[in-house]
Amino acid sequence: MKYIDLSAVEKKMSKRLLMNKAVKYIFLSATLFGLVILAILVYRVAIDSIGWINLDFLTNKLSTAPERAGIKGAIVGTLWLMLIVGPVTMILGVGTAIYLEEYAKRGKLHSFIQTNISNLAGVPSIVFGILGLTIFVRLFGFGTSIIAGGLTMALLVLPIVVVSAQEAIRSVPSFLREASYGMGATKWQTVKNVVLPASLPGILTGVILALSRAIGETAPLVVIGIPALLIPIPSSIGDNFTALPMQIYYWTLDSVMVDEYANLAAATIVVLLIVLILLNSTAIIIRNKFQKRY
Amino acid sequence: MAQHESVKEIIQYKKKRTKTTSIIEKIIPSLLFLAAFISVLTTVGIVFTLIFETVLFFREVSFIEFFSGTVLKPLSPVDPQFSILPLVMGTFMTTLIAMLVAIPIGLTTAVYLSEYASGTTRKVLKPLIEVLAGIPTIVYGFFAFTFVTPVLREIIPGLSATNALSPGIVMGIMIIPMVASLSEDAMNSVPNAMREGAKALGATQLEVTFRVVIPAAISGIIASFVLGISRAIGETMIVTIASGSSKNFTFDVTQSMQTMTAYIVEITSGDAAAGTTIYYSLYAVAMTLFVFTLLMNMLARYISSRFREVY
Repeated sequence: MKYIDLSAVEKKMSKRLLMNKAVKYIFLSATLFGLVILAILVYRVAIDSIGWINLDFLTNKLSTAPERAGIKGAIVGTLWLMLIVGPVTMILGVGTAIYLEEYAKRGKLHSFIQTNISNLAGVPSIVFGILGLTIFVRLFGFGTSIIAGGLTMALLVLPIVVVSAQEAIRSVPSFLREASYGMGATKWQTVKNVVLPASLPGILTGVILALSRAIGETAPLVVIGIPALLIPIPSSIGDNFTALPMQIYYWTLDSVMVDEYANLAAATIVVLLIVLILLNSTAIIIRNKFQKRY
Repeated sequence: MAQHESVKEIIQYKKKRTKTTSIIEKIIPSLLFLAAFISVLTTVGIVFTLIFETVLFFREVSFIEFFSGTVLKPLSPVDPQFSILPLVMGTFMTTLIAMLVAIPIGLTTAVYLSEYASGTTRKVLKPLIEVLAGIPTIVYGFFAFTFVTPVLREIIPGLSATNALSPGIVMGIMIIPMVASLSEDAMNSVPNAMREGAKALGATQLEVTFRVVIPAAISGIIASFVLGISRAIGETMIVTIASGSSKNFTFDVTQSMQTMTAYIVEITSGDAAAGTTIYYSLYAVAMTLFVFTLLMNMLARYISSRFREVY
């Protein structure tokens, strides 16, 4: 005697199983959609920039003639920007992280600062541009200089460094700290000699990710009024400057009038993307190679 | 301690060292606190700059006109009009289009990666999708303007060279990894016992996903949508380049529209003299933008903490 009618079960199940299989491929194609777009984007930019990227393009100054225009000024400007953003975010970010993880008592102040940092992470970058424009450019009178742009960018990417440094510090096991105290070390000696070295890979990863974000950000620079005109190559932090994304922005807008500007924008995008890929792979290498597990 | 002659000197040396050490121990916490306080100062700075100038703006333009009028003509020499609604409309339309792209694709990507993909596929696909999030928005802007818009114009006749549709779609693509990765995290935290229980009752993978995993992870998933919306509202470069600068109050996405962020860019690039109404309108718009995104971010945090399922 049969308790289960197998053919009926199969009949009922087949629809659901078919559905399951069909949906699986729909999901896969949705997943691949983003990647296809990414491929198209990279392909388009690469095609547009062929013949435009060469040594002259990297070492020439800006020019109104597209064939002679280069991005030396933008490259130097971007490097200057990093010279401000790197140290400033590192000192402020790591300082904040140490304070929150090692010194602050878990209480209202601690959670206030913590909430504040995660709120800042969600503030649109253009609002940081307004802050930079009002405080650094106008109030402090820095103008559209490297220092004004750098400080604005540093505040924008600060939450990234703080959060990653906090995670790195938190992952240092407490027995290391206790061993240090056991040897008679003071709190700061423990932080400086034990906690910081142990969390350095995580901190560096965060700083590099913050830098790569700062390199690609455009909105704050547009708002504080960074030009892409024929300005001299900057040589100190008080000089006016331009940066790679600003160059892309202006050339994209101008491509309506002169077609070749689209090629110049594409070529600059290739340079920018290569820089970003290099930075991000460095971050990944550091994380994989030096992250110790206890 | 070879350099010290007597025990007395050693004791004195030790005392001196302890003293400097204890001074350092006292100073360091305050220095670190100062570093932490910079982030608080940043928030204070943002809020105060926005509030001060916004108050000055509302001395010249009435609150009611700003939030209920439908005409924005800041540069008109006779009778300039300031209403934020056209900008809110532009922002709303591009955000809506972006979420129509990002939510379905982001969510199905998350489902595929967390429920269907094998370990190796996941290891390859996930970082590749996250590359999308690392591309600067200016590059997406270039892509929208020079590629997506021309392609769309082939399909939709009458699409203007700058429009809300193309930047909306590209913005959606930019947000996919954010929705996908946050939703996937939420789904991954659903314990396997629940999946196995459903499967033991004869459910297919699809049924497990939609009847067990997604309902269990719903708070995290919705939070990812809200964060995506916040991101779309605040995004600047794509819309500045590809959506134009017409301050239209319309639902027609084939026409040029301006968002709040693009307006800020237009006004700051156009040398608005300090003290003019146009100059103050910049801050009023920025304030509105700031409040919108802040509310969204707080809502996302509230949803994911309040409705977190505990297993």
